[in-house]
Amino acid sequence: MQTGETNFVAMAGFAIFIGLSLVITWFAARRTRSTEHFYAAGRSITAFQNGLALAGDYMSAASFLGIAGLVATSGFDGLIYSIGFLVGWPVVVCLIAEPLRNLGKFTFSDVVAFRLQQTPVRVASAFGSLAVVAFYLIAQMVGAGNLIRLLFGLDYEIAVVIVGLVMLAYVLFGGMIATTWVQIVKAVLLLTGAFMLAFMVLMKFSFNPLALFSEAARQYGDGVLAPGRFVSNPIDGISLGLALMFGTAGLPHILMRFYTVPDARTARVSVAYATAAIGGFYLLTFILGFGAMVLVGQPAIRAVDPAGNMAAPLLAQAVGGQAFLGFISAVAFATILAVVAGLTLAGAAALSHDIYVHVFRGGRASEKEELKVARGATILLAILSIVLGIAFKGQNVAYMVGLAFAIAASANFPALVMSMFWRKFTTRGAQASILVGTISTLVLIYLSATIQVDVLKHPLEEFERSFHFPYRNPGLFTIPLSFIVGIVVSLLTPEPAASEGFDRLEHQIHVGEEEPV
Amino acid sequence: MSDSQVHLTRVAATRWRLALLLTTAMTVVYAGFILLIAFNKPLLGTILVPGLSLGILLGVLLIVFAWILIMIYVRWTNTHYDHRVADERRARRDAR
Repeated sequence: MQTGETNFVAMAGFAIFIGLSLVITWFAARRTRSTEHFYAAGRSITAFQNGLALAGDYMSAASFLGIAGLVATSGFDGLIYSIGFLVGWPVVVCLIAEPLRNLGKFTFSDVVAFRLQQTPVRVASAFGSLAVVAFYLIAQMVGAGNLIRLLFGLDYEIAVVIVGLVMLAYVLFGGMIATTWVQIVKAVLLLTGAFMLAFMVLMKFSFNPLALFSEAARQYGDGVLAPGRFVSNPIDGISLGLALMFGTAGLPHILMRFYTVPDARTARVSVAYATAAIGGFYLLTFILGFGAMVLVGQPAIRAVDPAGNMAAPLLAQAVGGQAFLGFISAVAFATILAVVAGLTLAGAAALSHDIYVHVFRGGRASEKEELKVARGATILLAILSIVLGIAFKGQNVAYMVGLAFAIAASANFPALVMSMFWRKFTTRGAQASILVGTISTLVLIYLSATIQVDVLKHPLEEFERSFHFPYRNPGLFTIPLSFIVGIVVSLLTPEPAASEGFDRLEHQIHVGEEEPV
Repeated sequence: MSDSQVHLTRVAATRWRLALLLTTAMTVVYAGFILLIAFNKPLLGTILVPGLSLGILLGVLLIVFAWILIMIYVRWTNTHYDHRVADERRARRDAR
């Protein structure tokens, strides 16, 4: 198809979704009066609602556009992401969800700082959260920019600005209530869209997925059903796998959703609903990716976007024409907006709740003041996401999200686990673990081909001659490093107050906050 | 330590054991899959029936396996753990 032919169904779809979500925002804005509303939707979300919202928060442009594109262009290796994105959830439900709900208020830093010194821990964990949010935002913005350019012929840059502004409206006025409902609507739309698309693909193969896979193997060789085309290096494969599994439990925007429900039981049950939706969707990505490979063809997908991100919309066009392309594009657009809103809210909470209130105001700021700062932080993050989205044009979005997972798994996950399960964990240990985890991951990403060759456009030969990090995924090195640093520093800096607080923490993990008598 | 605290500690310990067991099971199974991807690509590329490689079959099974683990945990905690914690809470409140 010609890039930039205006698609009226898509335009109508975009308009309906934006209109509907602004109505939601308007209603939510009237109910958003306190910080408890702004960050945690008044803790009034039910398990089923939160399950869908978690799914809507989690299944990003990476899941839909990125994985479909990776499978279509490199076969099986794209599925490594589908599988990796799901296997982190048992860890979340078993180790993280309930303690988090029982110990904290708005951010996961509440948990890490529970029995440690507030200020140093919160500065470090806000830094870790913001690094994750930034990389995750990049991926969403790149997906959105490509999509709108494909559909309307708008400049990539203008598309990124539009997404930034619409998302800003949701979060700024509607806070977590609006964000939750936008995510619920988006989850339903995405599941419906993916199911319809998979149905229409399978119709051409008499509803036998194996017939589709063997056609892919016939056209592109049996290699597409085996690993090796994208993740060719063994170290990179292990590293990516680790980051995907443990990153989920360290994503600030996902963890934040557990504060929107009334109690730990609801938090736990919502994960069961979420994983049913998420796992079902990832099974469909097998069909979508190979469907695009066979029915659209790799050359046509690469012609529109070399990173493959437009495989799913092109597949929709191939099986359902312009109207269906419009619908699927609107779904993808909704997907991106909902995730961007969740990310921005998590970033704003880190800046206002952790940094401003606890660091600059010593834990004492009025509701009104904190809300004002949170909204200021939202504007700041919207601008940041627009700038980053433009700078990282041309990356595969699933791969970029993979990097965000590597930061989450190295920066947040170790400190979160050690603060909840290890009595001897100390303030200095937490600080060191988070900072070393974040910085080492960022430095290794900077020294890898992703930044040096793909973004900064240094020639590959020059890159290989100069000092560099030979792998594309740093998780295998940075996750253990973060644990080791946390353990060693904690043992070197004993903190009696912190280990005494451990009994209180253990008790509260199980029974929650005691009601005042 | 009061009776109710001892009791609570015991229930809590059971829950951690289950949580750790399930987390370990997921980690080990997934690590096996990742190691196969890293070091034995041809094995995963084995075509079982036309269109189905071992890698794709194991991938689907992994997703199902994660589902099963989550179901086991949620069912156990919903039916056993919650009641006992609620009992303890009540006992503590009455004692005060």
